[in-house]
Amino acid sequence: MTQNTQKSTPPPQLDRADARVRHDAGLAGALRGFVDQIRSGDLGMLPVVLGLLLISIVFSTLNPIFLAPNNLVNLLFDAAAVGLIALGVVCVLLLGEIDLSIGSMSGLASAMTGVLWVNSGVPLPITIIAVMLTGALVGLLFGFLRNKFEMPSFVATLAGLLALLGLQLYILGPTGSINMPFSSPLVRFGQILIMPAWVSYFVAIIPGALIVYGSMRTNQRRSAANLSSGGMSVAVAKAAILTVALIFAVFYLEQGRGVPWMFGVFVLFVVFLNYALTRTKWGRSMFAVGGNAEAARRSGINVQRIRLSAFVVCSTFAALGGVFAAARLASASQQAGTGDVNLNAIAAAVIGGTSLFGGRGSAWSALLGVLVIMAISNGLTLLNLSSSLRYMITGAVLAIAVIVDSLARRSRASHGRA
Amino acid sequence: MTQENAGPEKGELILRLRGVGKQFGAVTALEDIELDVHAGEVVALVGDNGAGKSTLVKVLAGVHQPTSGTIEYFGKQVLLDTPAAALEMGIATVFQDLALCENLDVVANLFLGHEISPWRMDEVQMEVRAWTLLQELAARIPSVREPIASLSGGQRQTVAIARSLLLDPHIIMLDEPTAALGVAQTAEVLNLIERVRDRGHGVILISHNMEDVRAVADRIVVLRLGKNNGVFTAETSHQELVSAITGASENSVSRRAARKLEEVGEDQ
Ligand SMILES: Nc1ncnc2c1ncn2[C@@H]1O[C@H](COP(=O)(O)OP(=O)(O)OP(=O)(O)O)[C@@H](O)[C@H]1O
Ligand SMILES: [Mg+2]
Repeated sequence: MTQNTQKSTPPPQLDRADARVRHDAGLAGALRGFVDQIRSGDLGMLPVVLGLLLISIVFSTLNPIFLAPNNLVNLLFDAAAVGLIALGVVCVLLLGEIDLSIGSMSGLASAMTGVLWVNSGVPLPITIIAVMLTGALVGLLFGFLRNKFEMPSFVATLAGLLALLGLQLYILGPTGSINMPFSSPLVRFGQILIMPAWVSYFVAIIPGALIVYGSMRTNQRRSAANLSSGGMSVAVAKAAILTVALIFAVFYLEQGRGVPWMFGVFVLFVVFLNYALTRTKWGRSMFAVGGNAEAARRSGINVQRIRLSAFVVCSTFAALGGVFAAARLASASQQAGTGDVNLNAIAAAVIGGTSLFGGRGSAWSALLGVLVIMAISNGLTLLNLSSSLRYMITGAVLAIAVIVDSLARRSRASHGRA
Repeated sequence: MTQENAGPEKGELILRLRGVGKQFGAVTALEDIELDVHAGEVVALVGDNGAGKSTLVKVLAGVHQPTSGTIEYFGKQVLLDTPAAALEMGIATVFQDLALCENLDVVANLFLGHEISPWRMDEVQMEVRAWTLLQELAARIPSVREPIASLSGGQRQTVAIARSLLLDPHIIMLDEPTAALGVAQTAEVLNLIERVRDRGHGVILISHNMEDVRAVADRIVVLRLGKNNGVFTAETSHQELVSAITGASENSVSRRAARKLEEVGEDQ
C-alpha cells in the first residue's frame, strides 16, 4: 500500500524539495511575490512609474499642452542624447563608481563633430567613429587612474570635467560655436526624422512577442531539466499589458508627428546594454564587482579589466550622446554639455533605480529615468519658469531619488536582500 | 566547463612549499613555512588564533603574494600572482570569510567567473548543476534564486564549499569550513572531504575542532606564531597536539584539565 503511493508520486522537482518555501504560481502568486519584493525594499521600477504618472497629472493640469502629442514627440527628441549619457552612467554606478566628466565629454564630442565634420569636411561616419574612439580613450584613462593609483573615480573624473571642458573650448577656438547645415543627415536625424507608422507599430508588438516566446522556451527547457516552470499566465499577462501600453503610446504619438528615429536608436542601445548586463559573463562580473570587489577577485574575475570596461563604456556613450546633442541643436557650442547635462544624466540613472552604492541597477533605468527628468524639464519650460528655478527643482528631484535609493538600501539590508 | 582533470597518481606530490614567508608591514604573519601535499591526502592545518593559517591559505590561493620562499606545483616552481591563476591551476579555496557576493543569487555565486557559455549564459543548465552540487552536500537551501544576503551563515558556507568543487580542482583548501554548519551538514562535509581524497585530490583542512581533524586528517601540520611547529598524525595524543599548538606542555588547556581533575577528586 505505502509502496504504491510512493511509486505513484513523481520525483520532486530539483528546486521544489524544500517544503518551507512558498512557491508562488500563477497570476495571484506573481502579484503576491511582487508585493513582498516591494515591501522588502526591492523597489525596482515602481518609484519611477509612479513619478511619471504624478508628473503627467501635475503638469497637464497646469498646462494642457504638456500632454499634447507633439509636445511628447519633442520630449522624446530631447531625451535621446541625455538618455545615451545616462546609459553609460548606469555602467559606472553598477561598480559603485561615478563619472562626473560625462557632460564635458559630451560637450567635447559635439565640438569635435563640428570641427571635424563641418569645418574640416571629414565624412560623417568617420567623424562619429573618431569621436567615439576619443570617448573610449578618455574612459581608458579614467580606468587606468582608478586601477593603477587607486584614485577615487570621483576625483579623477572631476579633474577630467575641467580638462575636457578646456579641450572643448580650445578646439572650438575664438568663434566658440559652429553651426551645422540644416539639410544634413545628422541634423535631420536630430530634428525631423520620424519612423514610418508601420515600423513604430511593428516595434511596439516585438517586446510582448519576445516575452511570450522567451518564457515558452525557458519553461520547456526547465521542465526538460526537471526544474519547476512558472506557467505561462504571468508572461502572457505581462506581455498583454506591455503590448497594449506600447501600442497606445505609438497611436498617441502618431496623432502628432510620430516616434523619432533618434529615440528609437536610443532604445536600441538600451536593449543591447540590457542584454549585455543580464545575459553575458561580462554583465555578471559587473554586478559582482559592484557588490563585493574582493569576492569577485577571488572568484578569478579580473576586477581591473571590468573597471576599465565600465569607464570606457561610460565615456563612449557620453561621446555618442554629445553627437546626438549636436544633432538635436544643429550646432556645437561652448555651452554644449555644460550646465545641467551632467546631473541630468546621473539623476536619470538613479531615478530609474540604479543604486549609487553599486551592484544594483539595469539598463532600463536610464530609459525610464531620462523620461522623468525630461518630463520635468519640459513641463517647467512650458510654465515659462526661468532656468534658475528649473535647476533648483531638478536638484531637488535628484536629492529625492538618492533618498529613496538610500532608504530602499536600508530596508533591503534589514530584510536580508543585500 | 568542468573539465575532468585526469586525477594525479595517488601519493604523487602535488604541492611543495619551501621557506615561504609573508610580511604585513611590521607583522611577520608567516616565516619559513614548509608544507607538502600529496594526491589523495588530507592535510590538516591547525594552530591558535592568529597563527597564520588563513594567511597561508591566501598565499596559496593567489590572494596574497609571499614575501619569500618558493611554491612548487607538480614539481614545477609556480607564481600564484592572482586568484585566477590559482584557480586555473586547479587550486580551489573556501575562504574563512567565504567571499561571496551578497547581491547575487546562489547560482550566480556558484558560477562566478566560470559561467556556462559567456556570451549567452545558460541559466537552466547552471541551475541544474547548482542543485546537484548542493544536494551532494545535503544543503538545506530553500531557493537558489534568492540573493546570498538572505541565507543563513551555514547555508552561505555550504554555497562557498559547493563553489570550490565546481571546477573539479586538484587541491581544495577549506578554511574552517564547518565552523557554522549543523550536525548533518558537518558530517556531509567530512564525507565529502573523504570522497574528494579518494578521488585522488589533495585536501588542506583548517579547523579548530580536533575531533573533525582527527576524523579525516592523514597528517596534522601545526602552525604556531607563523612558524612550523611539528607534523603529527591522527594517532597523536590530544595532549601532545595541544602542547604543540599552544607551545608548552604547561598551558591553559592542561591547567584547566588539571583543575577539573582536582575538583572531581575533592567531590569524592
Ligand atoms: N591583511 C593583513 N594585514 C596585516 N596583518 C594581517 C593581515 N592578515 C593577517 N594579518 C596578521 O597575520 C597574522 C595571522 O593571521 P591569520 O588570519 O593567518 O590567522 P589564523 O591562523 O587564520 O587565525 P584564526 O584561527 O583566528 O582564523 C595575524 O597576526 C594577523 O593580525
Ligand atoms: Mg583564519
